[in-house]
Amino acid sequence: MASITKPPVRHPSLPTNALGFTKRDYEGAMSTLCAGCGHDSVTAALVQALWELELPPHRAAKMSGIGCSSKTTAYFLRQSHGFNGVHGRMPALATGANAANRQLAYIGISGDGDSLSIGLGQLCHAIRRNLNMMYVLENNGVYGLTKGQFSASADVGSKSKRGEANVQPPIDPVLLALSLGATFVARSFSGDKAQLVPILKAAIRHNGFALIDVISPCVSFNDHETSTKSYRYTRNHYLEVAPVDFVPLRREIATEQGEDALTSVTMHDGSVVRFRKVANEYDPTNRDAAYAYLRARHAHGEVVTGLLHIDENAPDMHAVAGTVETPLVDLDFNALCPGGAALAELMDEYR
Amino acid sequence: MSAAGARPASTSPRPPTDVSNPQYYHKVVDCQWACPAHTNVPEYIRLIAQGRYSDAYLLNRESNVFPGILGRTCDRPCEPACRRGRIDGKPVAICRLKRVAADHRGDVTDRLPKAPAEKNGKRVALIGAGPASLTVANDLMPLGYQVTILEKLAEPGGLMRINIPSFRLPAEVLDEEVGSILGMGVDIRYNSPVESMRTLLEDPWDAVFVGSGAPKGKDLEIPGRTEAAANIHIGIEWLASAHFGHIERIGERVLIIGVGNTAMDCCRTSRRLGGHDVKVIARRSRPYFKASPWELEDAEEEGIAIVENHAPKRFVLENGRLVGLELERLRWFDQNGRQKSEVVDTVVIPCDDVILAIGQDNAFPWIERDVGIDFDEHGMPIVDKTTMQCSRPGVFFGGDAAWGPENIIWAVEHGHQAAISIHQHCQSQPLSERPAYGMNLVSSKVGMHAWSYSNDYSPLPRTKMQHAELTKRFAGLGVEVELGFTAEETAREVERCLNCDIETHFTASLCIECDACIDVCPVNCLTIAPDVADDMDLRAWLSAPTMNPTQALYSSSPLPQTQRIMVKDEDVCLHCGLCAERCPTAAWDMRQFELLVPYALGRAASRLATVMPSFALPVTNQAVQNA
Ligand SMILES: Cc1cc2nc3c(=O)[nH]c(=O)nc-3n(C[C@H](O)[C@H](O)[C@H](O)COP(=O)(O)OP(=O)(O)OC[C@H]3O[C@@H](n4cnc5c(N)ncnc54)[C@H](O)[C@@H]3O)c2cc1C
Ligand SMILES: Cc1ncc(C[n+]2csc(CCOP(=O)(O)OP(=O)(O)O)c2C)c(N)n1
Ligand code: SF4
Ligand code: SF4
Ligand code: SF4
Ligand SMILES: [Mg+2]
Repeated sequence: MASITKPPVRHPSLPTNALGFTKRDYEGAMSTLCAGCGHDSVTAALVQALWELELPPHRAAKMSGIGCSSKTTAYFLRQSHGFNGVHGRMPALATGANAANRQLAYIGISGDGDSLSIGLGQLCHAIRRNLNMMYVLENNGVYGLTKGQFSASADVGSKSKRGEANVQPPIDPVLLALSLGATFVARSFSGDKAQLVPILKAAIRHNGFALIDVISPCVSFNDHETSTKSYRYTRNHYLEVAPVDFVPLRREIATEQGEDALTSVTMHDGSVVRFRKVANEYDPTNRDAAYAYLRARHAHGEVVTGLLHIDENAPDMHAVAGTVETPLVDLDFNALCPGGAALAELMDEYR
Repeated sequence: MSAAGARPASTSPRPPTDVSNPQYYHKVVDCQWACPAHTNVPEYIRLIAQGRYSDAYLLNRESNVFPGILGRTCDRPCEPACRRGRIDGKPVAICRLKRVAADHRGDVTDRLPKAPAEKNGKRVALIGAGPASLTVANDLMPLGYQVTILEKLAEPGGLMRINIPSFRLPAEVLDEEVGSILGMGVDIRYNSPVESMRTLLEDPWDAVFVGSGAPKGKDLEIPGRTEAAANIHIGIEWLASAHFGHIERIGERVLIIGVGNTAMDCCRTSRRLGGHDVKVIARRSRPYFKASPWELEDAEEEGIAIVENHAPKRFVLENGRLVGLELERLRWFDQNGRQKSEVVDTVVIPCDDVILAIGQDNAFPWIERDVGIDFDEHGMPIVDKTTMQCSRPGVFFGGDAAWGPENIIWAVEHGHQAAISIHQHCQSQPLSERPAYGMNLVSSKVGMHAWSYSNDYSPLPRTKMQHAELTKRFAGLGVEVELGFTAEETAREVERCLNCDIETHFTASLCIECDACIDVCPVNCLTIAPDVADDMDLRAWLSAPTMNPTQALYSSSPLPQTQRIMVKDEDVCLHCGLCAERCPTAAWDMRQFELLVPYALGRAASRLATVMPSFALPVTNQAVQNA
């Protein structure tokens, strides 16, 4: 909490985007998280990314569950749609919302507790369906909101503030997503906006499920010396293998065409993800190789970051189900509710 | 492995900003920095906000000596400098708040400086009783000096008395503040023009101060000047005559030549002495006028027309009487970066009187050129900018007499500096070794997210000063136009101040680089950047594009985790304290800065030590030479 809300004035030279908005127009309510929480930095990165993408705020839907991380949907895009559901159930809510209106940008915010414990099944199925949404998992290794119990992402040997070591093996959301066929998988760090912002932009433009595991330290319960999810530990074990630039469609220029296929990937809307550098022999389009590489680096205790896997060719939930293009809200009544005769006809098909 | 977020530095590391030098934080307090006398503006505004008018008055008096006078007439260099102007376009009404302190204070007689009964044996002569000399007297009397003022006229105050019209500055205000100085026992001799410096110096004065002003109004030698002399007046002389009651009327149609401060007082005085159709003639267009925008507004409110781009050519006479002024209409254009004019045509504007307000000159016919006082080719004395001493040791100049016409607040500052020099001179100390400025820096934290100042931002626009109705104000020369702020107006205007003296103070060793401060700052002041030496390289990293390279960039020593540095662009900081509230480690703190200004009497007492005794641990109290 702070004694005052953020004053409404802005820097006089703050630039505006094509919609005439400054970054401040993408903010939300004042954060009530602890001072220094990584989640607030992720919020700031989202504000930056959404402003740069020139996303009209009313064309976005923010979805979340329960946890400090899940609270943060209140702290950006004060003029968009949103639903704050029960613990771990955000993927189901997002699926429903997306089924009804595929034209909004779905921004899911969750935590390691919300996603990897109570909501693990929900997350897995959203990945399988290739639900078209960005899923930001703010990963701090603890249940922050309930005062710092180990979460399912805590490393073996990482110690709590009171000194007990975690003994159960962690679930790595990146490896999980790769094994379930996720089409966009990234890991980043709340303390590295230069890397995180372009990944967020690409994730929103990705057609399918985009998982971003963001190491986001909990200053109050998991930023001590013996923690493996602290600011300092993350910085000391950071390995950036695949940072990207996001090039929106209309800025694309001719000279980029002849480039090596691996260093840039064209997305389904025509924008381009350009890999700034890629570690030796790392191929972010090869799922199996990525998996093996991550396992190997993890064994060395390294936190591998970047846009780790991308597959722009997989069909999303709507393509698989063959649903109507138009959002249900825009269909005329007769198309939406074709009446008793149409229902009887449908039922006949199952006889 | 690379440090997250760190990018390679382009040049060598930069030395961290030295905030123990009082001038660093002083510069952040834009108003105080711009004030020639370094008035502690934000602190007096807070005192007013608390209803402590007498304290606010005395704090003002310490640096600017004439709060009641200046609260009405100051040229207010602080206001164009005020940070608030860069935020919402209009500065805090700093000057008129000063008047609030003066108008609403209680009796402060007991708290004013006093002269000791026992004198120190040093005799000092001050020439002229304007603000410069009065300040010297104010600073030296409490030290036991025997101060004699020699004044040509029968009243004290200089131009503040005889030229600034009483509808802007009531005589009682002037009398009281001048009286508090003279009342210390100054030996003031009226009707005593100094006619020979040599004669004066024959007396064994320990020091002499020349505060005789710039008394000569400039003339305009164009055809018809001598023939129409009866209806052509020199501005400052005419204003003085109006003050003394020597003239009581002026013609109905009046033209004022010139568009500086004097012109503004001449046109408005004309309106009160019978002028109906009053026009101010300017050679150039509005952006180049010397008068301040607020003075122009006040004149126009009184129905005075401003005629731009016209240059006087000839006085037009009929039957030996002035009937008009012929003017050339000018068109200005740019020629190789210089402004040039060409004549479009000529016009005649009919008039009954013309007042010349085109500047003032200094005149020292009474200083013999062989008494050891050197003059330059323009007839100006050669005076040291720091010590105020001329080429003859023990003789000092200040106010308009030193370098030509300025304003009251500069005269005051010259007076302070001259008093320091005189005191050092009389103690046989070298004048070039100036006493040091000091500082205090005390945390304003008074609890979890609670500060000793009002940190919330008030979005209200600048409060407009109410004026006496037009019908009432022309009733006489002495009807004060500005009514002062009401309690309600005062209460809202004080909240506009951004408390620029409550500094964001950074401790690099505590920072964990969580970005919380950067993310919360409403005006994007903060950046964690690579450690690059060059200012412009560093500015390229800022969170918001740099607008104002004249404002300081704070940069820290390398941060513990990534060896990057914390950078703050001071330009538009609201001093809201949110960075400090969102910082998990208290690496940012809000600390009240107090500049300790040296006077002849010694360094001003620290208010932080007396006002907030429980927070009086000075973090830094370093004497650093005035840079
Ligand atoms: C019309 C007008 C309006 C102004 N309005 C403002 C304003 O609103 N705000 C502002 O800040 N400034 C204003 N100024 C400027 C300001 O008044 C002067 O800058 C300031 O008064 C200078 O102070 P001083 O002490 O140097 O000299 P002065 O105020 O000029 O005082 C000099 C004194 O010395 C006396 N004197 C001169 N020669 C001798 C001698 N030989 N022997 C003895 N005595 C002598 C004079 O009689 C006079 O009393 C205005 C000036 C004018 C002309
Ligand atoms: C059904 C249900 N079970 C348990 C809880 C208690 N609970 C609240 S938040 C939370 C864990 C949140 O952890 P995470 O998602 O990592 O969020 P963080 O606070 O760490 O950001 C739990 C278990 C709950 N609110 N609802
Ligand atoms: S906002 Fe207040 S402290 Fe800051 S420059 Fe203006 S008057 Fe001075
Ligand atoms: S006080 Fe801190 S948060 Fe507020 S404007 Fe200044 S730097 Fe930004
Ligand atoms: S909030 Fe504090 S710890 Fe975090 S980056 Fe800012 S100064 Fe450093
Ligand atoms: Mg968590």
